[in-house]
Amino acid sequence: METNTISRRNFLRVSGLAGTALCLGFYFPANAKNEQLVSATAEASGFDFNAWIRIDTDGKVTLTDHRAEMGQGSFQSVPQIIAEELEVNLSAINVVFAQGNPTKFGSQITGGSSTIRGSYKRLLKLSATAREMLVTAAANEWKVPVSECYAEAGHVIHKPTGKKLNYGELVSAASQLTPPATVKLKETSQYKLIRKPLQRLDTPMKTNGEAVFGLDKKLPGMLYASVERSPRLRGKIKSFDDTAARKVPGVKQVFKIQMMVFNTTRDGVVVIADSTWAAMQGRKALKVEWDDTGFEHVNTTDIYKAHEDLLKTKEGLSAKKQGEPDAVLAKADKKIDVIYQTPYQAHAAMEPLNCIAHYQQDKIEIWGPIQAPDWVQGDISDKFKMPKEKVIVNMTFLGGGFGRKAFLDYTYEAVAISKQIGGPVQVVWTREDDVKQGPYRAGISYRGQGAIENGEISALKFKMAGQNIDHWSNPARDKANNSTTEGFLKPYYDSIKNISFADVPYEMPLPNMWWRSVYASTNGFAYESFLNEMAVLAGQDQLDLRRKYLKDERCQRLIDRMEEVSGWKARKKGDGFGVAITECFETTVGQIVKVSRHTNGKVKIDKVWAVMDCGWYVNPDIIKAQVEGSVVMALGAATIHEITFKNGLVEQSNFYDYLMPRMSDVPPVEVHIMENTADAGGVGEPGLPPFAPALTDAIFDLTGKRIRKLPFNMNEV
Amino acid sequence: MISITVNGQLHHIDADPNMPLLWAIRDLIGLTGTKFGCGAAQCGACTVHLNGEAVRSCVTKVSRAAGQKVVTIEGLSANNNHPLQLAWNEMNVPQCGYCQSGQLMSAAVLLRENPNPTDQDIDDAMSGNICRCGTYQRVRAAIHKAAAMQAEGAKI
Repeated sequence: METNTISRRNFLRVSGLAGTALCLGFYFPANAKNEQLVSATAEASGFDFNAWIRIDTDGKVTLTDHRAEMGQGSFQSVPQIIAEELEVNLSAINVVFAQGNPTKFGSQITGGSSTIRGSYKRLLKLSATAREMLVTAAANEWKVPVSECYAEAGHVIHKPTGKKLNYGELVSAASQLTPPATVKLKETSQYKLIRKPLQRLDTPMKTNGEAVFGLDKKLPGMLYASVERSPRLRGKIKSFDDTAARKVPGVKQVFKIQMMVFNTTRDGVVVIADSTWAAMQGRKALKVEWDDTGFEHVNTTDIYKAHEDLLKTKEGLSAKKQGEPDAVLAKADKKIDVIYQTPYQAHAAMEPLNCIAHYQQDKIEIWGPIQAPDWVQGDISDKFKMPKEKVIVNMTFLGGGFGRKAFLDYTYEAVAISKQIGGPVQVVWTREDDVKQGPYRAGISYRGQGAIENGEISALKFKMAGQNIDHWSNPARDKANNSTTEGFLKPYYDSIKNISFADVPYEMPLPNMWWRSVYASTNGFAYESFLNEMAVLAGQDQLDLRRKYLKDERCQRLIDRMEEVSGWKARKKGDGFGVAITECFETTVGQIVKVSRHTNGKVKIDKVWAVMDCGWYVNPDIIKAQVEGSVVMALGAATIHEITFKNGLVEQSNFYDYLMPRMSDVPPVEVHIMENTADAGGVGEPGLPPFAPALTDAIFDLTGKRIRKLPFNMNEV
Repeated sequence: MISITVNGQLHHIDADPNMPLLWAIRDLIGLTGTKFGCGAAQCGACTVHLNGEAVRSCVTKVSRAAGQKVVTIEGLSANNNHPLQLAWNEMNVPQCGYCQSGQLMSAAVLLRENPNPTDQDIDDAMSGNICRCGTYQRVRAAIHKAAAMQAEGAKI
């Protein structure tokens, strides 16, 4: 039985009047190393401590989702964890979104697939603590030993007599208790909710129109804004003529604004109106002249040419090196030297960016689809000189995020506009804004060099060239991109003696940032494709090559499972089978893709098998859904869409030229989850990176043609 | 003033006749289940029924709906109990959920016209609806499920 210890020294108690609710949470002091568990009576403290758990005297249980819900399932999985140890029915609870408050919730950035892996131990401990306090309160009430009592479905039960008290009836007494120093946590085998494929709590409201996304939020007296921003991603307004815009019925104001984009600003012309439509129409009537002096009018072909030149002529900054790959490569007879290229990508979440802001003299309030409410709070507090506690950031459901909605430009812009008009405003981006303005996943190019000696991989040398996300926050380019090795499985380092990774810095003022699975999405394509090429060079089966070099026990079991579920050994001539395994955010995913030549002559994806090892997990059905969706997103990025630049302008604008996979494009995806006792890994992103290299490997297996540049057209292979 | 019946209720709205039905429904009538995704009839997130037909409300002028009957996701069933909604819930179809109103409204017309659709029928009818989360596999399975439930006499 696992025991969790709560330091009594760190226990912070708030005493006072009789409480009306039992509230449990943590306190994350800004300067302290460890968080403190706190309990409080809501009225007593005069401060709302109810981070995560609140039980009212009427028995109502409110659990807080401290992370964004953008499809990945935090609105289900966070309560599913809490309800398990708290012993309440999920159907009887109320779930609310937290406001941005890092003092109460710690980090709230919903990125890096971190919601579960970053919180679950804390949440289990917290909910078990609340349960133990309620059980103790009941035992005290009945004057019986605690050991004779247990909790179930929102009640404490005295086993010998069957006496029963509702949690609500125990709230007052329990809230006076000091939380126990240690609590027992359940074994995996005892779970009633965790590891079960429970229906999501947010599904009913997402099938009848009730779920409130950012764009659906309305405030009394709220106006709408649409903003014309520089089409070249940089630049200032030379002049603008708003005569026609002001004549559009419903248009109230037109003015110039600056949006912060990383450490620079971008000009825009704002049209304020009484409806979204009127604001958009007014904006269409604007005439704006831009001054983009000093901003290079970049073309996509130039970017990739520059990458190739850099990869061929520069050694770059070393990210990792073991052994002497250069010396081995120099004398090897059997070797390959190839370049892979991946495109710029827009996030294109279904809900275009939007944000409501209400700037007031003494506080700023924000509502929107926000991935990082704590970051937004800090950013707005800094930039508008408002104390943090006066910046209230409310999360709504997000219509997709994929990293874009963790950026701070659109929230800043909304507050600046609200400040200018002196009232609440909703800023709505169009799909064209979303596609044309970035920031984008940077297109990255890779050079892979490798040697085979006596059938063994004797050296691997990888270099990447492309824009670095870190560059915006840390302009000094004296260190390699710290994500250079992301996606590459660590056990390879134990079995391949000579390996190096380097980053060749490439500077380009195109705004770029993280995109679902971040660098693993592009690294994974290059590194795993290269290993498949090495397998061909060594005359080995691709899966056997992984088995040989990934000696780690979890990897071995994963490979066994991939082989078993896909019928790898029984594959027939004429079938193309491809493989890739990547790791990111503490989770390893292997995928096998099967393709065949359709009667119409085109290559068709018949099936995708995915095996995920994410350690401890909550809801297997949500995990499967995340992997299914990751494959679709990866399919789009590998074969259907890319952002390209011509003369400094983004060439795509909407779903008619930034195409998306449609239902008929999508192959069946079968997902398997490994069972083990390892710590939790991420779920939302790790299913994406292995798809592209597994697909191109399958196409090679079928056609003999190796695809090294994404995206490629499935109709042309 | 333009008069439209939305989900059985008559609304008189003061709208520019060129305003897309989408924005009239969302900003003027206040029903926000119908979503803005592209503004160009590309993604289907704004799909509603106009006199029983699935239309993209982002490119349908509100004047075209004057005196007509509109059904939005809020009016698809009384208690979230259309066979499609039941199947969507049972199969955990939505992820972010933003496109799902449009998916359901497109699927509802398909199921009315073709009570027993094949995979190909579903792909054809649903190809105008984009889901960025990639729920397509579940959407297709849930439509089959709803068809089966409908055949067993579930109320449509």
